[in-house]
Amino acid sequence: MSKGFTVTAADKLAASQYGGLSLDAWRWIGTLALIAVAAALPFAISSYHVFELTMVIIYTIAVLGLNILTGYNGQISLGHGGFFAVGAYTAAILMHDYGVPYWATLPPAALICFVLGVLFGLPALRFEGPYLALVTLAMAVATPQVLKYFDNWTGGQQGINLVKPSPPPLLGIDRDRWLYFVALAVLLLAIRVAANMLNGRTGRALVAIRDHPIAAAAMGIDNARYKTLAFGTSTLFTGVAGALSAFVVGFVAPESFTLFLSLSFLVGSAIGGIATISGAIIGGFFIEFVPNLANDISDAAPWALYGVAMLLFMYAMPRGVVGTLGPWLARSMRHFLHRPALGGSEEDCERRITP
Amino acid sequence: MTMKRGSVIGLAAASVVLAGGLALAAGEYGPGASDTEIKLGNTMPYSGPASAYGVIGKAETAYFDMINEQGGVNGRKINFISRDDGYSPPKTVEQVRKLVEEDQVLALFQTLGTPPNSAIRDYLNEHKVPQMFVATGAAKWNDPKHYPWTIGWQPSYQIEARIYARYILKELPNAKIALLYQNDDFGKDYLIGLREGLGAKADMMIVATKTYETTDPTVDSQIVALQGSGADVLVTAAIPKFAAQAIRKVYDIGWKPTHFLSNVAISVKQVMQPAGPEKGIGIISAGYIKEPTDPQWENTSEYKDWLAWMQKYNPSASTTDGNNVYGYTVSQTMVSVLKAAGNNLTRENLMKQAAGIHDEKLPMLLPGIVVSTSADDFAPIKQMQLEKWDGTTWRLFGEVISGAGS
Repeated sequence: MSKGFTVTAADKLAASQYGGLSLDAWRWIGTLALIAVAAALPFAISSYHVFELTMVIIYTIAVLGLNILTGYNGQISLGHGGFFAVGAYTAAILMHDYGVPYWATLPPAALICFVLGVLFGLPALRFEGPYLALVTLAMAVATPQVLKYFDNWTGGQQGINLVKPSPPPLLGIDRDRWLYFVALAVLLLAIRVAANMLNGRTGRALVAIRDHPIAAAAMGIDNARYKTLAFGTSTLFTGVAGALSAFVVGFVAPESFTLFLSLSFLVGSAIGGIATISGAIIGGFFIEFVPNLANDISDAAPWALYGVAMLLFMYAMPRGVVGTLGPWLARSMRHFLHRPALGGSEEDCERRITP
Repeated sequence: MTMKRGSVIGLAAASVVLAGGLALAAGEYGPGASDTEIKLGNTMPYSGPASAYGVIGKAETAYFDMINEQGGVNGRKINFISRDDGYSPPKTVEQVRKLVEEDQVLALFQTLGTPPNSAIRDYLNEHKVPQMFVATGAAKWNDPKHYPWTIGWQPSYQIEARIYARYILKELPNAKIALLYQNDDFGKDYLIGLREGLGAKADMMIVATKTYETTDPTVDSQIVALQGSGADVLVTAAIPKFAAQAIRKVYDIGWKPTHFLSNVAISVKQVMQPAGPEKGIGIISAGYIKEPTDPQWENTSEYKDWLAWMQKYNPSASTTDGNNVYGYTVSQTMVSVLKAAGNNLTRENLMKQAAGIHDEKLPMLLPGIVVSTSADDFAPIKQMQLEKWDGTTWRLFGEVISGAGS
């Protein structure tokens, strides 16, 4: 074996294997570790904090939905609070008026929000950028009043009180922890679906349309189809999050779904990292905790503090937390994991190539 | 003075301990209560669409500040934890859970708004945490059978409407009534109360009803249609913007009904002046607390006490804003319940005391109006007095009328 060959092999190794494992394997280990932490966490904290984290998960799913549309496909929506409301009311009405068990409300909420999103996406094809933002803004502004108008269904201003779901008795955990795991399961499924979609052909098509619609069309991408699909999938995710919120909070009312909710989703999406999947988690944390933190620091001007926090985030990390820290983290990981491989002898390298 | 009172309480406490033997402590305590402190929780819309009501939370904080400076309640300081929920029900749930589970408050006091309170009622009743003297005018808080841990305070919209109905039955027995109401639960409560108050004669006397949506640009067409019904009494259950429109339109088309106007829409600045003060002369409404702008109270000791408290403890708030009278008076109700609970500061005893208020007079309630509750009556204030607009101010007239259910 010539020395030149060995060096090339080591380089290849360095590119694909760290500390004896492939990049994919490391990714799996990292993901599993995160899931393990997420699964163990509720047993280490109080019920109230479990409830807070459940809300973080719900917002994460909603932001993930918005990321598909705004981040990957470049369509700005200020109306996702409206779709969140549709999901929530679908679950609430099915549970309250028809006695449907809580878990069975998720598929209908997903379906209704998907269809609604596709229908909304069709006229949205004609609008670009700020114009689309305005159209969706109309949706957000109208939602609370439309909900009050159909008060036979929605209970009007009084809203709908829901009986909170009980955990399966065999598990021996309380309601808050059970709902946390329900939400976590939905989140994992949502991430899996989003990753499948976005890391493949569809994702590349969406990004191509975002970056250069004419070039995308010239390459044979059916812009209209993909944009509508992006809209429908996005609202599906957000609607499912809404349905979860209905039975986790145990109450829906028009005041729950104001314009501010839609804006929060967009803020969460931008702060987390607009075209990333993991950024949605950061966004969920931001939506849930930053207003509370601001309130704890100053009850005179909490929203000014919220604004300052937003400015600082955008100034320090213009591409969002994951968009900015992600590449940096990947670089340092590579550097860190690389060291043992460099330190090892050539034999080590060879042994690893041929197991 | 304070020292003296403190030592008296100390002596009293010591004698209780002695009398009860070594095993007994000075008091029996639920979560959030101790020898030195009583923790009360609260949510308020300090931000968001209803933030105008945030002044109520500040007034209540200021009132408890005064009580604490005077030595507290039975020697215990009130720790009033008031959090912002932005009038958003999910946020209320979160904040209230934090108050109950993390801060461990003894009770919730004056959580504001119908949707926020609806969102937390089941949770609080399930965990047997008092939800006391909620700040909303809906009728649903008076339901001790199903919600024994939730109690209202102010007269509900239904009570107010019943009072108008009783006045109409007495003074205008042949009236033909038209009703304009907001198409939501707030407006519908007036319809319910009016029908209940009129009893068997309701169907005969109510000749027309019209609704408006808060999204409607005006209520002009509704007013014209109601005039066309031949009614000679108009009841307007509206929020300020639409109340002003209704007053103007009624005047402009030359209709001269006896006009009753919902208590939420009698603000001089927001309604009477924009409508045109002369156009509203003769309009009747109802109140239960003393209007701070009404000159007849100016020289009373009750008003002076209130003003002194405002200047010392709540100096940044407006002395013309009735919400500051509201916060002051409802806090007095709370303090008197805490006093009555004595050294037995459990959640059960607190509700028992709240349900056992007998005709209590408070300085800034209108003379003759009392706070009273019982085990099956969780509507503390059920009386109001009518008032008439004279072109410059609201003038009280007639007797205090009870709007209690029959």
